[in-house]
Amino acid sequence: MVEARLAYRNPPRPYPPMKKSLPFLLSILFLLISVLLSIAIGSVFIPLPDVWKTLIGQSANPTFATILWDIRLPRTALVLLTGAALAGSGASYQGLFRNPLADPYLIGVASGAGLGAVIAMSIQWPYSFFGLMAIPMAAFLTGMATVLLVYWIARVGQSVPTTNLILAGTVFSSFASALTSFLMLRSSGDLHRALGWLLGGVSLGGWDSVLALLPYVIVGLALLTVSGHALNLLQFGDDQAQQMGLNVSRAKTFILIAASLTTAAAVAFAGIIGFVGLIVPHVVRLWWGGDYRRLIPLSIIGGAAALLLADVLARVVIAPQELPIGIVTALAGSPFFLWVLRRAKNQGYW
Amino acid sequence: MIEIKNLNVSYGSRLILKNISLHVKKGETLALLGPNGSGKSTLIRALSGVAPASFDTLSLSGRSLSGLNAAARARLMAVVPQTVSLPPAFTVWETVLLGRTPYLNFLGQISAKDEAIARCALTKVDALSFAKRRVGQLSGGEQQRVLLARALAQSTPVLLLDEPTTHLDLQHQVGLLELVHKLARDENLTVLIALHDLNLAARYADRLALIVDGEIKALGTPKEVLNPEMIAAVYHWPVQVMQHPFLDTLLILPEG
Repeated sequence: MVEARLAYRNPPRPYPPMKKSLPFLLSILFLLISVLLSIAIGSVFIPLPDVWKTLIGQSANPTFATILWDIRLPRTALVLLTGAALAGSGASYQGLFRNPLADPYLIGVASGAGLGAVIAMSIQWPYSFFGLMAIPMAAFLTGMATVLLVYWIARVGQSVPTTNLILAGTVFSSFASALTSFLMLRSSGDLHRALGWLLGGVSLGGWDSVLALLPYVIVGLALLTVSGHALNLLQFGDDQAQQMGLNVSRAKTFILIAASLTTAAAVAFAGIIGFVGLIVPHVVRLWWGGDYRRLIPLSIIGGAAALLLADVLARVVIAPQELPIGIVTALAGSPFFLWVLRRAKNQGYW
Repeated sequence: MIEIKNLNVSYGSRLILKNISLHVKKGETLALLGPNGSGKSTLIRALSGVAPASFDTLSLSGRSLSGLNAAARARLMAVVPQTVSLPPAFTVWETVLLGRTPYLNFLGQISAKDEAIARCALTKVDALSFAKRRVGQLSGGEQQRVLLARALAQSTPVLLLDEPTTHLDLQHQVGLLELVHKLARDENLTVLIALHDLNLAARYADRLALIVDGEIKALGTPKEVLNPEMIAAVYHWPVQVMQHPFLDTLLILPEG
């Protein structure tokens, strides 16, 4: 009884704890710092005052202007969008599949995109295609086609069982990867370019990549951000979510398409970058809880910042050479995540 | 008042429920009994729109349920599931507020009224004291009360319960059914409850429907349905049925 009265005096935390804006402030600050580091650091260091002067067009140093506008800024934008896309869709896939091991590539987007890129190279598509880069476009289209195919295979009547989706996605991924390897073995050395691009294309893209990626990422992530409540309901399983009033098959399709669109665009323009989509949502969850209405926007901001930092490391560790960014995300990301996991006090956070 | 006429559920070519016809009055508690796999849970799933069903009539207070979307249906009937699949990371308060979903927009924005209703539901099941705790840290009995509160927060005239006592000990089995009984009486709720325990069903339900192999084998008051011949035939085990020495209920004892 005493406890009950205490609860009346301290009413329970309301369901939308949106007033707690500290996580958002911290992650936006983290993102700003990462952006500045990414602009300033590289083979040539540009001091922050010079960065500012160049941006407002008052720099006396034309080299700085060239480096900034043609190299650093497009690369920063591309990495930012890619990190946001991977972490945002990773968080959504984890919620959609109710599986902590889900990452953005789970149902075959990456292997489908890789296959598309290699096919496009082996049939020697023209470089430009309706004004867009042919290989990223091929990768994007085959990535999306893979998701739709996997979705269609997994469908049973009106519903799409999660287990079917994961199994169909994993098996189709293996198939597509094997086919990719086969095509590469059968062909001349030219296809190595495709592989190199897939393993880390961020250094290759310019403003045209950024502009091509931007609409997909903005639309996809906006759709995922408004799906937080639906994802919360889906954590109770399809039956309960439906019984609480969610149109489950429509919500799942909506989230799957939005997350896949985002991932396919990121893979097409930045290559396959592992780990960000898996661990950033988990770090957010461990620190700030599993409410998907917060988890998704926080993952988006955190993913962008984390990938920017990884990219800075990739540029400086063995300068003047560059490491593939995927190596940095795994090498630096794993110990960090294990440290967070070890320190986590809240049991059963998943 | 629920009216069901000739409801069928089939998975592929297999018929799970055959020609189910039921009529449950407002304020009445009907228990669905039957052996494992007889179709009790499927009936609850069919009524709540989760299992695909065909029927001649499925209506609530004269209003047909066919063609209703998930949210409209969730404003008419709430389901208390078994506790097996609760996401442990949500707090009790968050879980109960999710019961307000059919009244919310896609973003799930909560109003003060929704919070008041959720708090009221938690008070009814005496769970307000642990509203801040995570569901994963609760005992089975507490979790089941949270699920009941979530269903109450849906503010529906009909409550469907799917074997809610299965994972509970004796105290919590009786406690939960007492609570449901009291709520049904106080708020004039229509309750359909799938149960395994014949004694609990005899004590807390106004009427029983005995479902065997997807068909209603017997329908009536506990005294009409629970006779030794019927139970022995359905459960393939001899039983004795006797009047409780001082309560107005039946006792069913397996022999052997």
